[in-house]
Amino acid sequence: MTYSKRFDGRKWDEMRPIEAKAGVIKRADGSAYFKIGDTIAYAAVYGPRNLYPKFLQDPEKGILRINYNMMPFSGSGDRVRPGGNRRSKEISMVIQNALQPVVDLAEFPNSVIDVFIELPQTDAGTRCAGICAASIALADAGISMKDMVAAISAGRVDDKIVVDLNYDEEAYDGPVADIPVAVMPRTGQISLLQMDGEIDKESLLKALQMAQKACQQINAIQRKALKDKYHNGDINE
Amino acid sequence: MVISMSNGKRHIMESLNINMRYDGRKLEEYRPVSVEYNVVNSAEGSARVKIGGTEVIAGIKMSMDKPFSDTPDEGTLMVGVELLPMSNPEFELGPPGIQAVELARVVDRGIREAKAIDVKKMVVVAGEKVWGVSVDIVSINDEGNLFDACALAAIAALKVTRFPSYDGKKVDYDNYTDEKLHVVKTPVSVTVVKIGDKLLVDPTTEEELMIDARLTVATDEKGEICAMQKGGATPLTLAEVDRMMQLAVAKCNELRKHL
Repeated sequence: MTYSKRFDGRKWDEMRPIEAKAGVIKRADGSAYFKIGDTIAYAAVYGPRNLYPKFLQDPEKGILRINYNMMPFSGSGDRVRPGGNRRSKEISMVIQNALQPVVDLAEFPNSVIDVFIELPQTDAGTRCAGICAASIALADAGISMKDMVAAISAGRVDDKIVVDLNYDEEAYDGPVADIPVAVMPRTGQISLLQMDGEIDKESLLKALQMAQKACQQINAIQRKALKDKYHNGDINE
Repeated sequence: MVISMSNGKRHIMESLNINMRYDGRKLEEYRPVSVEYNVVNSAEGSARVKIGGTEVIAGIKMSMDKPFSDTPDEGTLMVGVELLPMSNPEFELGPPGIQAVELARVVDRGIREAKAIDVKKMVVVAGEKVWGVSVDIVSINDEGNLFDACALAAIAALKVTRFPSYDGKKVDYDNYTDEKLHVVKTPVSVTVVKIGDKLLVDPTTEEELMIDARLTVATDEKGEICAMQKGGATPLTLAEVDRMMQLAVAKCNELRKHL
């Protein structure tokens, strides 16, 4: 049996439906909601604000601090125990690396920009959804940025190269490769790249090109979300 | 910051002195309340509650549990509250602090003491296997009165909770049975706060900073009080407790209409 048609009927290079909104959490300095298929991410930005404990402060530049968290009821199986684990620590770190290149931290010595990413509902692709939300939230917070960051997973299911794998595809009974990619849309540069599974070099490059293309589409949605907020006159404070 | 805060406090006090809130509400008036069901499809039941700008989500996960040895023929209930640092600049990462613990315990007692869930109907094999209900409530945006928002979200989510199917060995979260969680009562909480000599409901964040004392009262639909919690370091007279209870019971009935 080969994978001849996607489980949810999408085209190979088609992403799940996306919904994005800026300014959804009023207490935060910037915030966003990003939904792709059944995966939902919130991001809230606080800062630049004072960084404690003080020894962490850097007089040369600020730090960008990411916290990725799945809500206890966000998995379709067992309850997720609150409080973080090795997985969420690693994901927070790679998201930080994905976003840092677009933020000029030299502008904020001794401070921290906190980004909280929360997942109420998940169906694969959570780190990418988190990055997409965080990027909108940083812009919404008025942090000066060289570019935005868009992210999507690409990969392989059986002999097909696909974009935006959902959970059923990740769990496909056969060869699978899952490659989360974050792209800075203006230059096409890649700021996050991970991969698990099995794939040959040519297919990998094809998947990356597919991801780059998808990220351009995502970026258009991100920008629209930001514009919509201000067009609707729904401005904090 | 400090200066503007003290100005804000004076402003709030001056409004209260003429029985007004600084946001234009009456003392006994809630901000607009909304309840939205089944907002998280990975949960067995869920609800989003908004009270003004305050927003919380409650999600229910069902699991196969061992009963407690003193209640072998009853399912188990657990309530957790996560005050996400996303929702308020004062909230920090890390294990639940005293504020989250108190919130979770007060919500838990409201549900447990009202006997809102028929826990006898959650037994698979008495003494060995029972269903466990985990209620997790997270704050999305905190603009005050998390107590009432969390309690309302919890009971709303429980009301739409379904059982996953169970074949005797494994819980199948992809397939639900037609059976709903047996919610037999609808406890709702109202928190009455005292600022100076005024009693009011549904405090905003700014008002919460000025609270002398608060009393959270959970009542069921018959108006019976099933749980209470006093907070704040200022003592209350019996007459004040009486007034706060009466106000709470009346407001509980009003809040319940949103379910």
